[in-house]
Amino acid sequence: MSAEAVFVEPPEPQPAPPPPVRKRFANPRHDPAWVRWGLTSFAVIVVGILVVVPVVNIFYEALKEGVRVYWDNLVADPDTRHSILLTATVVPIALVANIVFGVAAAWAIARFNFPGRTLLTALIDLPFAVSPVVAGLMFVLIFGLQGYLGPFLRDDGFAVMPYLTSAGGVFVLVVLYFLYRPANSAARRGLWRRPAWLVLPTAGAVLFVLGVVVQQRLGVWPRNESLKIIFATPGLVLATAFVTFPFVARELIPIMEAVGSDEELAALNLGANGWQMFWHITTPNIKWGLVYGIILCNARAIGEFGAVYVVSGHIAGQTDTMPLRIEKLFQEYNLPGCFAVASVLTLLALLTLVAKTRLERKIPSVTHAPTGEKAGA
Amino acid sequence: MSIQIKNVSKRFGTFDALDNVSLDVPDGTLLALLGPSGSGKTTLLRIIAGLEVADSGTVMREGEDITQQSARDRKIGFVFQHYALFRHMTVEDNIGYGLRVRKRPKELIRERVGELLKLIRLDALAKRYPAQLSGGQRQRVALARALAAEPKVLLLDEPFGALDAKVRQELRVWLRKLHQEIHVTSVFVTHDQEEAFEVADQVVVMNQGRIEQFGTPAEVFERPANPFVMDFLGNVNVFHGRVEQGKAVVAGAALGSPDDAHEESEAAAVYVRPHEVVIQHEQSGNASLPAEVLHVNPAGSRVKIELRATDSDQLINAELTTERFAELALKSGDMVFVSASRVRVFATNYVI
Repeated sequence: MSAEAVFVEPPEPQPAPPPPVRKRFANPRHDPAWVRWGLTSFAVIVVGILVVVPVVNIFYEALKEGVRVYWDNLVADPDTRHSILLTATVVPIALVANIVFGVAAAWAIARFNFPGRTLLTALIDLPFAVSPVVAGLMFVLIFGLQGYLGPFLRDDGFAVMPYLTSAGGVFVLVVLYFLYRPANSAARRGLWRRPAWLVLPTAGAVLFVLGVVVQQRLGVWPRNESLKIIFATPGLVLATAFVTFPFVARELIPIMEAVGSDEELAALNLGANGWQMFWHITTPNIKWGLVYGIILCNARAIGEFGAVYVVSGHIAGQTDTMPLRIEKLFQEYNLPGCFAVASVLTLLALLTLVAKTRLERKIPSVTHAPTGEKAGA
Repeated sequence: MSIQIKNVSKRFGTFDALDNVSLDVPDGTLLALLGPSGSGKTTLLRIIAGLEVADSGTVMREGEDITQQSARDRKIGFVFQHYALFRHMTVEDNIGYGLRVRKRPKELIRERVGELLKLIRLDALAKRYPAQLSGGQRQRVALARALAAEPKVLLLDEPFGALDAKVRQELRVWLRKLHQEIHVTSVFVTHDQEEAFEVADQVVVMNQGRIEQFGTPAEVFERPANPFVMDFLGNVNVFHGRVEQGKAVVAGAALGSPDDAHEESEAAAVYVRPHEVVIQHEQSGNASLPAEVLHVNPAGSRVKIELRATDSDQLINAELTTERFAELALKSGDMVFVSASRVRVFATNYVI
């Protein structure tokens, strides 16, 4: 084709020459030596006293009597063992909830302009602003025995479960309906041939009622039994999820805004459906930001004390998470045990720190992203 | 395939991006949407592609109403202003994406991608990532990606906007040639009138969400429909005058006869392009305006001269051929007389 002949290939962009090595004191704005040394050593001393010494001390205290004792302190006590298991149960559940919510909220805020968008952005930050103790109290007020829902939950709490599970199931089916609906109206078959406003309410209502009735008839859930939320694992999950609520969304919103929607629109224009667009284009662009958010969320969830303290009720071997267990061991003057559990948490914190520093470089920076031209130009 | 747009309107908040726009793009044309920023040309392009939803009006492709169709079903290629290449995919994956999501066989995809890479002369860089390409190369990849699925219509949003002058020139010629070969109906957005005139068969001039004029480049340039088009398409001198006996009269001097008949003594804006300004040393009757030469810029293929009318202190820009300039031997400070070889008159109710 003759169109090929037009181009004269421009020379390959040469890599920029390395910046000249700066000589010491080359910069006339350098402060005098005593200022530089003074400030540096002040910072190092403060960090040393406030951070390095305590952290080292935790490991020193934990391992003071040898690795064998340390190990026994961790696993021999059944209550300590249970606290580790409980944290390992509560944290993943809270994490998954916050990932789903975080991605959905970030998507909504970064991609759409809807009434209440600013309010939602502000509300996402609320758990950062509220004291964790207050957050815990809030759940006690709602779900506790003396709380608003307390009498109902105590008498026949599980009665609500058929409705909850059915509603959840219908919601998932609605999402699937839209995900797999062929965008081209000519290509729609079966259920998708009927208009959505007719199919969704009818099918949704039928399935919901069916789900509730079947569960009630079969007696899936125990009757006339108390459903414990406060002073039980569900309460711990709620409190942990609430406190770590902002991490994923907060991390994703600026990234999604910086990346812009042009690539996603390009994918749609090239024939991708919503699902393909999300997996092929959106996920690769936000994945490091998402991992970063998950790591921060995870670290905070594992270490959460205040909110969990209020809703847990401190039942040893039942509702003590690791931070609560540390406090209890400390109160019992079991210092080696206390430091052993503390060292596990500290180790997780250090790992988080390393992962965080590694990841920061991989996240698409705001400055390099193409500016999405606003429509109307 | 032809595209028809009927009565399309779009508002962003209180801003009218498009105000009842109708447009017919005939099959196989290369059409330019020309206008200043904020004139609605990009919005119109995005509405045709289905990336933006119009508040009202219809979009038809070959007589078929596609207003309700989603972007993916329209089979309309779109080249984004900043290319929107998938940054985590190589050049070949980018180009093949449209075929991949349409589940074409791998063999066919490889073949088509190879073909397109040859067409854009980037076969050597197939494994590179977008960040490793220059602006012009990215633009060509974006074009190849849009062409891979063999769209019926190709839309380009400011295709040369972010490129330097030389690459831009090359790409213009290339786009023109490409269009001659594959004959896909194409619409591109630009704010550069030179670019629109050089590349397009048809030009649509837009302003404030409305279409001001539609026609071939020659029609639009030679017969601007209104003061906005006249003013937007290059430099122009505007005089305040009136029409007397079929002549445009400015400060007592009859500059020339406007192309169209106008009412007598109507207050009018008289437009004269710099290259249509005639400079003489002698006054010819009452047909010329006394002026002083302020500045002469002889660099370039035409000599640019800045003058000031002695009566009104108005600045006048003129362009002379080098031959005419040598004949006149002008220098700054000379007193001369100005008339026009061609004038256009619009009734004064414009705002500039």
